[in-house]
Amino acid sequence: MFVLVEMVDTVRIPPWNFQRRLNEAIAEELNKKLANKVVYNVGLCICLYDITKLEDSYIFPGDGASHTKVHFRYVVFHPFLDEILVGKIKYCSQEGVHVTMGFFDDILIPPESLQQPAKFDEAEQVWLWEYETDEGAHDLYMDQGEEIRFRVTDEVFVDTSPTGPSTAPPAAASVEKKEAPYTLIVRTHFNVICQLKT
Amino acid sequence: MEMTQILIENIRIYVIWKNANAAMLSNYEIFKLLTDLKEQRKDSGKNKHSAGQQNLNTIMYETLKYLSKTPCSRQSPEIVKEFLTTMIPHKLTKAEKLQLLNHRPQTAVEIQLMVEESEERLSEEQIEELIQTIAEILPGDPEQENTAPADAEMDESLTSW
Repeated sequence: MFVLVEMVDTVRIPPWNFQRRLNEAIAEELNKKLANKVVYNVGLCICLYDITKLEDSYIFPGDGASHTKVHFRYVVFHPFLDEILVGKIKYCSQEGVHVTMGFFDDILIPPESLQQPAKFDEAEQVWLWEYETDEGAHDLYMDQGEEIRFRVTDEVFVDTSPTGPSTAPPAAASVEKKEAPYTLIVRTHFNVICQLKT
Repeated sequence: MEMTQILIENIRIYVIWKNANAAMLSNYEIFKLLTDLKEQRKDSGKNKHSAGQQNLNTIMYETLKYLSKTPCSRQSPEIVKEFLTTMIPHKLTKAEKLQLLNHRPQTAVEIQLMVEESEERLSEEQIEELIQTIAEILPGDPEQENTAPADAEMDESLTSW
Protein backbone atom coordinates (compact mmCIF):
# COMPACT_ATOMS: atom_id res chain seq x y z
CA MET A 1 0.00 0.00 0.00
CA PHE A 2 2.94 2.36 0.53
CA VAL A 3 5.60 3.17 -2.02
CA LEU A 4 8.83 5.15 -2.02
CA VAL A 5 8.90 7.91 -4.57
CA GLU A 6 12.10 9.65 -5.56
CA MET A 7 11.61 13.38 -5.87
CA VAL A 8 13.69 16.49 -6.43
CA ASP A 9 12.88 19.93 -5.13
CA THR A 10 14.50 23.23 -4.23
CA VAL A 11 14.08 23.99 -0.54
CA ARG A 12 14.19 27.50 0.84
CA ILE A 13 15.65 27.90 4.32
CA PRO A 14 15.00 31.35 5.84
CA PRO A 15 17.95 33.03 7.64
CA TRP A 16 16.47 32.57 11.12
CA ASN A 17 16.85 28.80 10.65
CA PHE A 18 20.54 28.97 9.67
CA GLN A 19 21.66 27.85 13.13
CA ARG A 20 19.88 24.52 12.68
CA ARG A 21 21.54 21.55 11.05
CA LEU A 22 20.83 21.77 7.34
CA ASN A 23 19.42 18.24 7.09
CA GLU A 24 16.93 18.83 9.87
CA ALA A 25 15.81 22.18 8.49
CA ILE A 26 15.34 20.66 5.04
CA ALA A 27 13.46 17.64 6.43
CA GLU A 28 11.09 19.96 8.28
CA GLU A 29 10.47 22.10 5.20
CA LEU A 30 9.79 19.07 3.01
CA ASN A 31 7.37 17.61 5.51
CA LYS A 32 5.64 20.96 5.85
CA LYS A 33 5.21 21.08 2.10
CA LEU A 34 4.20 17.51 1.30
CA ALA A 35 2.85 15.62 4.34
CA ASN A 36 -0.87 14.75 4.13
CA LYS A 37 -1.10 16.22 0.64
CA VAL A 38 -1.98 14.47 -2.60
CA VAL A 39 0.49 14.86 -5.46
CA TYR A 40 -1.15 14.55 -8.86
CA ASN A 41 -0.62 11.07 -10.38
CA VAL A 42 1.59 10.03 -7.47
CA GLY A 43 -0.58 9.54 -4.37
CA LEU A 44 -1.06 10.69 -0.79
CA CYS A 45 2.28 11.75 0.71
CA ILE A 46 2.88 10.49 4.23
CA CYS A 47 6.35 11.52 5.41
CA LEU A 48 9.96 11.92 4.38
CA TYR A 49 11.91 8.65 4.14
CA ASP A 50 15.42 10.00 3.59
CA ILE A 51 17.51 12.59 1.78
CA THR A 52 19.66 11.00 -0.93
CA LYS A 53 21.56 14.02 -2.25
CA LEU A 54 22.06 17.62 -1.25
CA GLU A 55 23.40 19.99 -3.82
CA ASP A 56 25.11 23.28 -3.05
CA SER A 57 23.08 25.95 -1.29
CA TYR A 58 22.78 29.33 -2.97
CA ILE A 59 21.75 32.74 -1.76
CA PHE A 60 20.15 34.95 -4.38
CA PRO A 61 20.28 38.72 -4.54
CA GLY A 62 17.33 40.32 -2.78
CA ASP A 63 16.48 37.24 -0.71
CA GLY A 64 18.46 36.39 2.41
CA ALA A 65 17.30 32.78 2.47
CA SER A 66 19.34 29.88 1.14
CA HIS A 67 18.04 27.73 -1.69
CA THR A 68 19.13 24.11 -1.86
CA LYS A 69 18.29 21.52 -4.47
CA VAL A 70 17.43 18.30 -2.65
CA HIS A 71 17.03 14.76 -3.96
CA PHE A 72 14.93 12.76 -1.52
CA ARG A 73 12.60 9.83 -1.15
CA TYR A 74 9.11 10.25 0.21
CA VAL A 75 6.71 7.63 1.55
CA VAL A 76 3.52 7.77 -0.48
CA PHE A 77 0.23 5.93 -0.05
CA HIS A 78 -0.48 4.48 -3.46
CA PRO A 79 -2.00 0.99 -3.48
CA PHE A 80 -1.36 -1.05 -6.60
CA LEU A 81 -4.13 -2.37 -8.83
CA ASP A 82 -5.87 -5.47 -7.39
CA GLU A 83 -4.38 -4.95 -3.95
CA ILE A 84 -6.50 -6.15 -1.02
CA LEU A 85 -7.00 -3.55 1.71
CA VAL A 86 -9.02 -3.29 4.92
CA GLY A 87 -11.13 -0.31 5.89
CA LYS A 88 -14.25 0.76 7.76
CA ILE A 89 -17.57 1.71 6.19
CA LYS A 90 -18.05 5.46 6.58
CA TYR A 91 -21.55 5.82 5.13
CA CYS A 92 -23.72 4.63 2.24
CA SER A 93 -25.30 6.74 -0.46
CA GLN A 94 -26.86 6.29 -3.88
CA GLU A 95 -23.36 6.50 -5.36
CA GLY A 96 -22.31 3.42 -3.42
CA VAL A 97 -20.55 2.54 -0.18
CA HIS A 98 -17.99 5.03 1.10
CA VAL A 99 -15.08 3.40 2.95
CA THR A 100 -12.42 5.03 5.08
CA MET A 101 -9.02 3.92 6.31
CA GLY A 102 -8.57 6.69 8.87
CA PHE A 103 -5.75 8.44 7.10
CA PHE A 104 -7.44 8.16 3.69
CA ASP A 105 -11.14 8.66 3.12
CA ASP A 106 -12.02 8.80 -0.54
CA ILE A 107 -12.68 5.12 -1.21
CA LEU A 108 -15.85 4.24 -3.06
CA ILE A 109 -17.56 0.94 -3.85
CA PRO A 110 -19.90 1.65 -6.77
CA PRO A 111 -23.19 -0.30 -6.67
CA GLU A 112 -22.25 -2.53 -9.60
CA SER A 113 -19.19 -3.76 -7.71
CA LEU A 114 -21.14 -4.88 -4.65
CA GLN A 115 -22.28 -8.49 -4.39
CA GLN A 116 -25.33 -8.90 -6.53
CA PRO A 117 -28.19 -8.69 -5.78
CA ALA A 118 -27.64 -5.49 -3.78
CA LYS A 119 -30.33 -3.03 -2.78
CA PHE A 120 -30.26 0.46 -1.31
CA ASP A 121 -32.52 0.87 1.70
CA GLU A 122 -33.71 4.49 1.50
CA ALA A 123 -35.11 4.54 5.02
CA GLU A 124 -31.90 3.54 6.73
CA GLN A 125 -29.59 4.92 4.01
CA VAL A 126 -27.69 1.66 3.85
CA TRP A 127 -26.79 -0.81 1.14
CA LEU A 128 -27.69 -4.41 1.74
CA TRP A 129 -26.91 -7.70 0.10
CA GLU A 130 -29.79 -10.09 -0.45
CA TYR A 131 -28.09 -13.40 0.18
CA GLU A 132 -30.19 -16.36 -0.91
CA THR A 133 -29.75 -19.72 0.76
CA ASP A 134 -31.99 -22.77 0.80
CA GLU A 135 -33.55 -21.54 4.03
CA GLY A 136 -34.55 -18.21 2.52
CA ALA A 137 -33.18 -14.77 1.80
CA HIS A 138 -30.88 -13.11 4.35
CA ASP A 139 -30.31 -9.39 4.16
CA LEU A 140 -26.70 -8.55 5.02
CA TYR A 141 -26.47 -4.88 5.92
CA MET A 142 -23.37 -2.81 5.23
CA ASP A 143 -23.50 -0.87 8.47
CA GLN A 144 -21.49 2.18 9.42
CA GLY A 145 -18.28 1.37 11.26
CA GLU A 146 -18.17 -2.21 10.04
CA GLU A 147 -14.80 -3.51 8.94
CA ILE A 148 -14.68 -4.34 5.26
CA ARG A 149 -12.10 -5.89 2.96
CA PHE A 150 -11.92 -4.65 -0.60
CA ARG A 151 -9.83 -4.92 -3.75
CA VAL A 152 -8.60 -1.85 -5.64
CA THR A 153 -9.97 -1.77 -9.18
CA ASP A 154 -9.32 1.80 -10.26
CA GLU A 155 -7.92 5.12 -9.12
CA VAL A 156 -8.89 8.62 -10.16
CA PHE A 157 -6.61 11.61 -9.90
CA VAL A 158 -8.12 15.07 -10.31
CA ASP A 159 -5.97 18.13 -10.76
CA THR A 160 -7.27 20.50 -8.10
CA SER A 161 -4.70 23.24 -8.65
CA PRO A 162 -6.33 26.68 -8.73
CA THR A 163 -7.21 28.02 -12.16
CA GLY A 164 -7.35 31.67 -13.08
CA PRO A 165 -10.59 33.64 -13.11
CA SER A 166 -12.79 32.66 -16.05
CA THR A 167 -13.65 35.41 -18.53
CA ALA A 168 -17.30 34.33 -18.86
CA PRO A 169 -19.63 35.70 -16.15
CA PRO A 170 -20.69 33.07 -13.61
CA ALA A 171 -23.96 31.44 -14.65
CA ALA A 172 -25.52 31.36 -11.19
CA ALA A 173 -24.39 31.36 -7.57
CA SER A 174 -23.55 27.66 -7.68
CA VAL A 175 -22.15 25.86 -4.66
CA GLU A 176 -18.52 24.99 -5.30
CA LYS A 177 -18.18 21.21 -5.49
CA LYS A 178 -15.09 20.07 -3.65
CA GLU A 179 -13.62 17.29 -5.70
CA ALA A 180 -11.35 14.81 -4.03
CA PRO A 181 -7.89 14.95 -5.63
CA TYR A 182 -7.40 11.18 -5.28
CA THR A 183 -10.20 8.61 -5.22
CA LEU A 184 -9.98 4.82 -5.11
CA ILE A 185 -12.68 2.81 -6.86
CA VAL A 186 -12.84 -0.63 -5.29
CA ARG A 187 -14.86 -3.79 -5.22
CA THR A 188 -15.79 -6.46 -2.72
CA HIS A 189 -15.66 -10.19 -3.14
CA PHE A 190 -18.32 -12.80 -2.55
CA ASN A 191 -16.45 -15.02 -0.10
CA VAL A 192 -14.84 -12.30 1.97
CA ILE A 193 -18.10 -10.48 2.62
CA CYS A 194 -19.48 -13.58 4.33
CA GLN A 195 -17.45 -12.43 7.32
CA LEU A 196 -19.73 -9.40 7.78
CA LYS A 197 -22.15 -9.89 10.63
CA THR A 198 -25.79 -10.21 9.62
CA MET B 1 15.61 4.09 10.83
CA GLU B 2 18.86 2.17 11.57
CA MET B 3 17.22 -1.23 11.76
CA THR B 4 15.38 -0.62 8.54
CA GLN B 5 18.63 0.21 6.82
CA ILE B 6 20.28 -2.99 8.03
CA LEU B 7 17.27 -4.84 6.68
CA ILE B 8 17.67 -3.08 3.38
CA GLU B 9 21.30 -4.04 3.05
CA ASN B 10 20.75 -7.70 3.88
CA ILE B 11 17.64 -8.40 1.89
CA ARG B 12 17.59 -5.60 -0.58
CA ILE B 13 15.90 -7.63 -3.28
CA TYR B 14 13.04 -8.69 -1.08
CA VAL B 15 12.11 -5.86 1.21
CA ILE B 16 12.46 -2.84 -1.06
CA TRP B 17 10.57 -4.14 -4.04
CA LYS B 18 11.22 -2.15 -7.16
CA ASN B 19 8.95 -2.05 -10.10
CA ALA B 20 9.25 0.27 -13.05
CA ASN B 21 8.30 3.34 -11.09
CA ALA B 22 8.82 2.86 -7.40
CA ALA B 23 9.94 0.70 -4.52
CA MET B 24 7.12 -0.91 -2.52
CA LEU B 25 7.34 -0.86 1.26
CA SER B 26 5.76 -3.27 3.72
CA ASN B 27 3.41 -1.92 6.38
CA TYR B 28 5.96 -2.89 9.03
CA GLU B 29 8.57 -0.53 7.52
CA ILE B 30 6.15 2.39 7.58
CA PHE B 31 5.08 1.51 11.12
CA LYS B 32 8.70 1.48 12.26
CA LEU B 33 9.51 4.70 10.41
CA LEU B 34 6.57 6.58 11.89
CA THR B 35 7.14 5.24 15.43
CA ASP B 36 10.79 6.32 15.30
CA LEU B 37 9.82 9.71 13.90
CA LYS B 38 7.29 10.16 16.69
CA GLU B 39 9.98 9.42 19.31
CA GLN B 40 12.37 11.82 17.65
CA ARG B 41 9.80 14.61 17.59
CA LYS B 42 8.79 13.99 21.16
CA ASP B 43 12.39 14.56 22.28
CA SER B 44 13.03 17.68 20.26
CA GLY B 45 9.50 18.99 20.45
CA LYS B 46 8.88 22.68 20.90
CA ASN B 47 7.76 23.59 17.43
CA LYS B 48 5.73 20.57 16.44
CA HIS B 49 2.48 22.36 17.19
CA SER B 50 3.09 25.19 14.74
CA ALA B 51 0.62 25.57 11.91
CA GLY B 52 2.99 24.11 9.32
CA GLN B 53 3.59 20.92 11.32
CA GLN B 54 -0.09 20.16 11.79
CA ASN B 55 -0.39 18.21 8.55
CA LEU B 56 2.50 15.94 9.45
CA ASN B 57 1.04 15.42 12.93
CA THR B 58 -2.37 14.50 11.50
CA ILE B 59 -1.12 12.03 8.91
CA MET B 60 1.30 10.42 11.36
CA TYR B 61 -1.39 10.01 14.01
CA GLU B 62 -3.99 8.55 11.64
CA THR B 63 -1.57 6.23 9.86
CA LEU B 64 -0.14 4.93 13.15
CA LYS B 65 -3.67 4.42 14.46
CA TYR B 66 -4.54 2.35 11.39
CA LEU B 67 -1.33 0.33 11.30
CA SER B 68 -1.31 -0.46 15.03
CA LYS B 69 -4.43 -2.58 14.46
CA THR B 70 -2.81 -4.62 11.69
CA PRO B 71 -0.38 -7.58 11.97
CA CYS B 72 2.57 -5.33 11.07
CA SER B 73 2.59 -3.82 14.57
CA ARG B 74 3.77 -7.17 15.95
CA GLN B 75 6.52 -7.74 13.37
CA SER B 76 10.26 -7.12 13.51
CA PRO B 77 13.08 -7.15 10.93
CA GLU B 78 14.01 -10.73 11.96
CA ILE B 79 10.44 -11.93 11.52
CA VAL B 80 10.17 -10.30 8.10
CA LYS B 81 13.50 -11.80 7.04
CA GLU B 82 12.45 -15.27 8.23
CA PHE B 83 9.11 -14.95 6.47
CA LEU B 84 10.65 -13.95 3.15
CA THR B 85 13.27 -16.70 3.30
CA THR B 86 10.56 -19.28 3.97
CA MET B 87 8.51 -17.97 1.06
CA ILE B 88 11.25 -18.51 -1.51
CA PRO B 89 10.29 -22.08 -2.53
CA HIS B 90 6.63 -21.09 -3.05
CA LYS B 91 7.59 -18.88 -5.98
CA LEU B 92 5.19 -16.05 -5.26
CA THR B 93 5.42 -12.61 -6.83
CA LYS B 94 6.65 -9.66 -4.80
CA ALA B 95 3.16 -8.16 -4.62
CA GLU B 96 1.71 -11.46 -3.33
CA LYS B 97 4.37 -11.85 -0.64
CA LEU B 98 3.79 -8.24 0.39
CA GLN B 99 0.06 -8.81 0.81
CA LEU B 100 0.62 -12.01 2.83
CA LEU B 101 3.04 -10.13 5.07
CA ASN B 102 0.69 -7.20 5.57
CA HIS B 103 -2.53 -9.15 6.10
CA ARG B 104 -1.43 -12.43 7.77
CA PRO B 105 -4.30 -14.44 6.19
CA GLN B 106 -5.66 -17.28 8.29
CA THR B 107 -8.06 -18.89 5.83
CA ALA B 108 -7.73 -20.49 2.40
CA VAL B 109 -10.22 -17.98 1.00
CA GLU B 110 -7.98 -15.03 1.87
CA ILE B 111 -4.95 -16.68 0.29
CA GLN B 112 -6.90 -17.41 -2.88
CA LEU B 113 -7.77 -13.73 -3.17
CA MET B 114 -4.21 -12.53 -2.65
CA VAL B 115 -2.45 -15.07 -4.85
CA GLU B 116 -3.33 -14.84 -8.51
CA GLU B 117 -4.51 -18.06 -10.16
CA SER B 118 -4.05 -19.87 -6.88
CA GLU B 119 -6.03 -22.93 -8.03
CA GLU B 120 -3.46 -23.56 -10.76
CA ARG B 121 -0.32 -22.64 -8.86
CA LEU B 122 -1.06 -24.05 -5.40
CA SER B 123 -2.64 -27.35 -4.42
CA GLU B 124 -4.93 -27.58 -1.38
CA GLU B 125 -2.12 -29.06 0.75
CA GLN B 126 0.19 -26.24 -0.31
CA ILE B 127 -2.39 -23.67 0.71
CA GLU B 128 -2.81 -25.39 4.10
CA GLU B 129 0.96 -25.46 4.47
CA LEU B 130 1.09 -21.74 3.63
CA ILE B 131 -1.52 -20.96 6.28
CA GLN B 132 0.48 -22.97 8.85
CA THR B 133 3.75 -21.24 7.95
CA ILE B 134 2.19 -17.81 8.13
CA ALA B 135 0.54 -18.56 11.47
CA GLU B 136 3.86 -19.80 12.88
CA ILE B 137 6.20 -17.11 11.65
CA LEU B 138 4.06 -13.98 11.77
CA PRO B 139 2.77 -13.15 15.25
CA GLY B 140 -0.97 -12.96 15.59
CA ASP B 141 -3.29 -10.83 17.68
CA PRO B 142 -2.97 -12.07 21.28
CA GLU B 143 -6.57 -11.02 22.07
CA GLN B 144 -7.95 -13.01 19.18
CA GLU B 145 -5.91 -16.04 20.11
CA ASN B 146 -6.99 -15.94 23.75
CA THR B 147 -10.70 -16.18 22.97
CA ALA B 148 -10.31 -19.45 21.01
CA PRO B 149 -8.83 -21.55 23.85
CA ALA B 150 -11.42 -20.08 26.24
CA ASP B 151 -14.21 -21.49 24.06
CA ALA B 152 -12.45 -24.87 24.00
CA GLU B 153 -12.33 -24.87 27.78
CA MET B 154 -16.03 -24.14 27.92
CA ASP B 155 -16.81 -27.08 25.61
CA GLU B 156 -14.78 -29.42 27.78
CA SER B 157 -16.60 -28.41 30.93
CA LEU B 158 -19.97 -28.99 29.24
CA THR B 159 -19.08 -32.49 28.04
CA SER B 160 -17.76 -33.45 31.47
CA TRP B 161 -21.31 -33.00 32.86
